[in-house]
Amino acid sequence: MTTLSREETEALIAEVLEVYPEKAKKDRAKHLAANDVSVEQSKKCITSNRKSLPGVMTIRGCAYAGSKGVVWGPIKDMIHISHGPVGCGQYSRAGRRNYYVGTTGVDTFGTMNFTSDFQEKDIVFGGDKKLAKLIDEVEQLFPLHKGISVQSECPIGLIGDDIESVSKKGSASIGKPVVPVRCEGFRGVSQSLGHHIANDAIRDWVLDKRDGQPYESTPYDVAIIGDYNIGGDAWATRILLEEMGLRVVAQWSGDGTIAEMMNTPKVKLNLLHCYRSMNYISRHMEEKYGIPYLEYNFFGPTKIIESLRRIAAFFDDSIKEKTEAVIARYKPMMDEIIAKYKPRLEGKKVMLYVGGLRPRHVIGAYEDLGMEVIGTGYEFGHNDDYDRTIKEMGDATLLYDDVTGFELEEFVKKLKPDLVGSGIKEKYIFQKMGIPLRQMHSWDYSGPYHGYDGFAIFARDMDIALASPVWGNLVPPWKKVAAEEVKKAA
Amino acid sequence: MANIMIQQGASGGLVFYLPKRDLEASIESIEFDSPEKWGGELKLDNGGTYYIDPIAKPPRLPVSLRAKRLGAAED
Repeated sequence: MTTLSREETEALIAEVLEVYPEKAKKDRAKHLAANDVSVEQSKKCITSNRKSLPGVMTIRGCAYAGSKGVVWGPIKDMIHISHGPVGCGQYSRAGRRNYYVGTTGVDTFGTMNFTSDFQEKDIVFGGDKKLAKLIDEVEQLFPLHKGISVQSECPIGLIGDDIESVSKKGSASIGKPVVPVRCEGFRGVSQSLGHHIANDAIRDWVLDKRDGQPYESTPYDVAIIGDYNIGGDAWATRILLEEMGLRVVAQWSGDGTIAEMMNTPKVKLNLLHCYRSMNYISRHMEEKYGIPYLEYNFFGPTKIIESLRRIAAFFDDSIKEKTEAVIARYKPMMDEIIAKYKPRLEGKKVMLYVGGLRPRHVIGAYEDLGMEVIGTGYEFGHNDDYDRTIKEMGDATLLYDDVTGFELEEFVKKLKPDLVGSGIKEKYIFQKMGIPLRQMHSWDYSGPYHGYDGFAIFARDMDIALASPVWGNLVPPWKKVAAEEVKKAA
Repeated sequence: MANIMIQQGASGGLVFYLPKRDLEASIESIEFDSPEKWGGELKLDNGGTYYIDPIAKPPRLPVSLRAKRLGAAED
């Protein structure tokens, strides 16, 4: 299938919207657009960060998911209490594969679930006493933890518990930070507000706690912000930065610790990967501590080289030299991978629908393999995300914001991409339609995908997905025989 | 009144940021722009206008300020 023209893309959108009632159609039309690379501001062509329509299928999460699942959860040496009923914590437990080093249950707690397990009586009489008891219990059972965060679930906000005062008292009694996070699920329209709330909680309760303390700094201190170490991503990133001669002081928050976070105000440059979830804290550090931040992209060799040079430009010539050496060293490895996979993947069409930074960041990696992204969209992106996306995408390609299950299915049916990059909720629908899908949330239990090492794995995984013999066997054998007989007879 | 942040844009101009609504827009014009008096009415490229009390020019950007909304951005 050839690339669509602008009129065809617009006609496709109109056709898909046809089934909706008038009001819903009007609302959804604002969220779907044909990309126009000449537009500077995305809000001229697409609306984002609005409430999902009732009655349609959305795959958005809640504020609790954004705070506990994304930002706070990966901080490994803290205990994150899911304060409220048991389900929220249990069903979001360890699902994001934020890898870390440590002994779980002794000095790290990443894959464990701590909850206050609200019962009816806690809703009626309040859960403050339970939380206070829980903090003491945690201290007794896991004395090596470095702090506690209290992640509120919906009922906490509804019944109006004062978790701040309990946290302050608890913190004084155990002598470790206890951070109340007001990330009740009903806040906001998606997990995006949860990221913001979590960032604000870090700003208010963690970030400035080591200000003024002596610290041995170097001119090459940097922090990795917004890398959640999914499948080891942050490690693949860290290797490159260290080879450049930089000292990585903190990882936010994949494989990160609370001590690293407290030391971050001492770095010289913040390297921001996931803009959507951690731009808030980067902006704050820029204002308060004068630390500039730099958005970078470590997907695919083209973008990696671009990013490495941009990072190096902040430092002196010794770093720039080392950076060029790093680029030169990995070049043969990258050439080999591209030589191997590009002929197999060239010209294949991809549609993406994920969250955070990936709808625009991975485009470069696909292009390095000769693949083309014909549609992309964010679950919970804002206008500033689309501002950055428009330039990455080809003209008249499809953009969809908070796309509904129905719309995405129809788009895929019509555009017939060779590969879809989305999540588990889409995976089996599209695979049953005969279209390969790679999960781009969890890297389909593979990874890492960041950095040079990650690109090797990325290229292999995309090839595995597309080249699997299963796609040739979608027609059952008895139907195949019939088809051949018809052919013979004809 | 809303909390806003004014920062230096990559292309040289000033950038307006409204954290509450995650609104980022470049500032097209600023009423007063001298070292001792800086601020006043801000015109944004999205059509919105905001007012900040004139202050001495901040030595370093970004800076967080309180701003009054005069005209909303077209939606």
